[in-house]
Amino acid sequence: MTTTAAAPRRSALGVAGDVLKARETGIVIALVAVVIAATAVNPTFIFSGDGFRDLLLTPSLLMVVALGQAVVIITRNVDLSVGSVVGLTAYMTGRLFIDIPGIHPALVFLAGIALGALLGLINGALVAFAKVPALVITLGTMYIYRGINVAWTGSDRINASDMPASFRGLGTQDVLGIPLLTLLAVIVLVFTAWYLRNLRSGRELYAIGSDPDAAHLYGLRVTRRVLAAFIVCGALAGLAGVLFAARYGTVSSNAGYGWELQAIGAAVIGGVAMSGGVGTVWGAAFGAYLLLTINRALPIIGIQDFWQRAVVGILIIGAIILDRVLALRQHRRLVAAREEVK
Amino acid sequence: MSTATALTEKPTRDYKAYQHPLWRRLLINREAAIIGLLILVVIVAMLTVPNFDSPLTMTFLIREIAPILLIALPMTLIIITEEIDLSVASILGLSSVVTGLGVQAGWSLPVAGLVAILVGVLAGVINGSLITFVGLPSLAVTIGTLALFRGIAVGLLGTTAISEFPEYWTDLARANLPGTPVPLIIVPFIVLAIVFAVLLHFTPFGRSLYTIGLNKEVAAFSGIDVRMTKFWLFVMSGTVSGFAGVYFTLLYNNARGDNAIGMELLIIASVLLGGVSIFGGRGALHGVIAGVFLIGTMSSALRLAGVTSDIINVITGTVLILSVVSASFLAWIRTNRIAAIGRKKGQAGSTGAPA
Repeated sequence: MTTTAAAPRRSALGVAGDVLKARETGIVIALVAVVIAATAVNPTFIFSGDGFRDLLLTPSLLMVVALGQAVVIITRNVDLSVGSVVGLTAYMTGRLFIDIPGIHPALVFLAGIALGALLGLINGALVAFAKVPALVITLGTMYIYRGINVAWTGSDRINASDMPASFRGLGTQDVLGIPLLTLLAVIVLVFTAWYLRNLRSGRELYAIGSDPDAAHLYGLRVTRRVLAAFIVCGALAGLAGVLFAARYGTVSSNAGYGWELQAIGAAVIGGVAMSGGVGTVWGAAFGAYLLLTINRALPIIGIQDFWQRAVVGILIIGAIILDRVLALRQHRRLVAAREEVK
Repeated sequence: MSTATALTEKPTRDYKAYQHPLWRRLLINREAAIIGLLILVVIVAMLTVPNFDSPLTMTFLIREIAPILLIALPMTLIIITEEIDLSVASILGLSSVVTGLGVQAGWSLPVAGLVAILVGVLAGVINGSLITFVGLPSLAVTIGTLALFRGIAVGLLGTTAISEFPEYWTDLARANLPGTPVPLIIVPFIVLAIVFAVLLHFTPFGRSLYTIGLNKEVAAFSGIDVRMTKFWLFVMSGTVSGFAGVYFTLLYNNARGDNAIGMELLIIASVLLGGVSIFGGRGALHGVIAGVFLIGTMSSALRLAGVTSDIINVITGTVLILSVVSASFLAWIRTNRIAAIGRKKGQAGSTGAPA
């Protein structure tokens, strides 16, 4: 069922062929095309210190959120509350630095991830135990988390000066020309991808998303795995919230507003199917980069940036049509293969 | 079959649906619970919240929830067929922008409004075609068109707003029924509500929606054209959203790209609160209308009582979650009780209705 099922050992050539045919490759090609087109019009898009940094840095926050979203969508669920979780943890990050002077940034990271995981646990518990669709539950918690955030923040705002330089440095430092935040996000990406591809519990997420009832009859712990997926999603959104504070320095009550749709969009563009069981976090990550890079490239190519959202919509629709066509082709091939065997 | 309770989770007229007398089926169900809760909220608000009983409150309340009321009608039908339309608020925004641009271009308002409604129809056709003819899941499609339609609306107007509309029409949008505090918009709403109620509850088309929501294969084998049915539902939703967009523009005398942003979630929350199952196959219009009024009245009363809008959001979210979780919880208790009775009676119990 999944396009990403762990293949048996193959020759190097076979692996190269798989990479070329992979759904994610299309997204990477589109991303490269956008970058080349924008650079051709305006070389500073990539050939300037700021341009290159921004290219790597801005989408890495959305990427972390999209990773978690992909994990949840693979289990045939969805988490609409991630944007609110980002906002809430971003504000808590600032508050911790203000209220507990001298707190170690590592502790703040842990606190942010823990808060995100807790909020994810609430989502997951309601979805997994009450057997209510994730769309409804997370729609509710989206209102609730955002409401708590606004009530807590009020008209207050966290400013860069509220946070210690060592923490703020995370958002500005480079390692070998690559922003530290991006590096951190990529490490999370590689680990999540490895987990989903190679570990038994990771594969079970795909099984659950392909057919929850069959997975249950087969003896998989559906409740526990779905709960875990939501906790991971919340924790990653929490991490993104902390990174948000480090990257932007200012946090108001609308931090992360609308990110849930962007994260879902990134995952869908990257080939993660809303019907579950299909897609990889690599796709979601590239989807996030494509989405935000297009946003930056549009004004340079000469399209007013008001049209960004329309382009995003076309991308999402194009991606799901493409996936549908690919799925139909694979289905036909499988039917043909079955006839041959007979 | 006029009551919604006759429809439990099974499409057949089984023993379970008819084991209780009529009054019980009419009064003890989800729709009645929501209506009861609404009456309770109104009474409590009347007694405790100052100024809630003033006629002006009612005028503003109905004006404000009118777009939600209107769009909730087709949304109910869509969710009953186990689909969803997340793009309605974006269609509303697009229609609002088209109305504005039309008036700016010198068209008379009826022409501009008609074109805006046609744009809504077109948006519905796009949604419906992608869902039925291309065969894509409605959740994914309408997340895409949510961004697309909103994007076109924002792209057309940018950050500018058009706020010069013929006074006759803006006055009409704000007018009340003569001698009452009830806004005039209630008239088209009641007409539409009757049309949709008859369509959903008293026509073969409407009844087929429940079958589709419960089981698509069964529906297809019963001779229901599942694809065309779904297609027309999305066209209806686009049309009503287009109309709501024209009303919204005139009411606030303002056409902007980001009009009614995020309203889709409020609409879906109201529909689900009104007792429509997100799994499809269950729900009734009177529950949904009560659901919209419940959310509207609660936030209006809380606002008058000085509660800030963020706390109102928390309460809205909590009510939504409680309403769906309580439905699951009650179903779980019922199954447990029936299982316990079954164990007591052993094999002597009925074997259930023939399928």
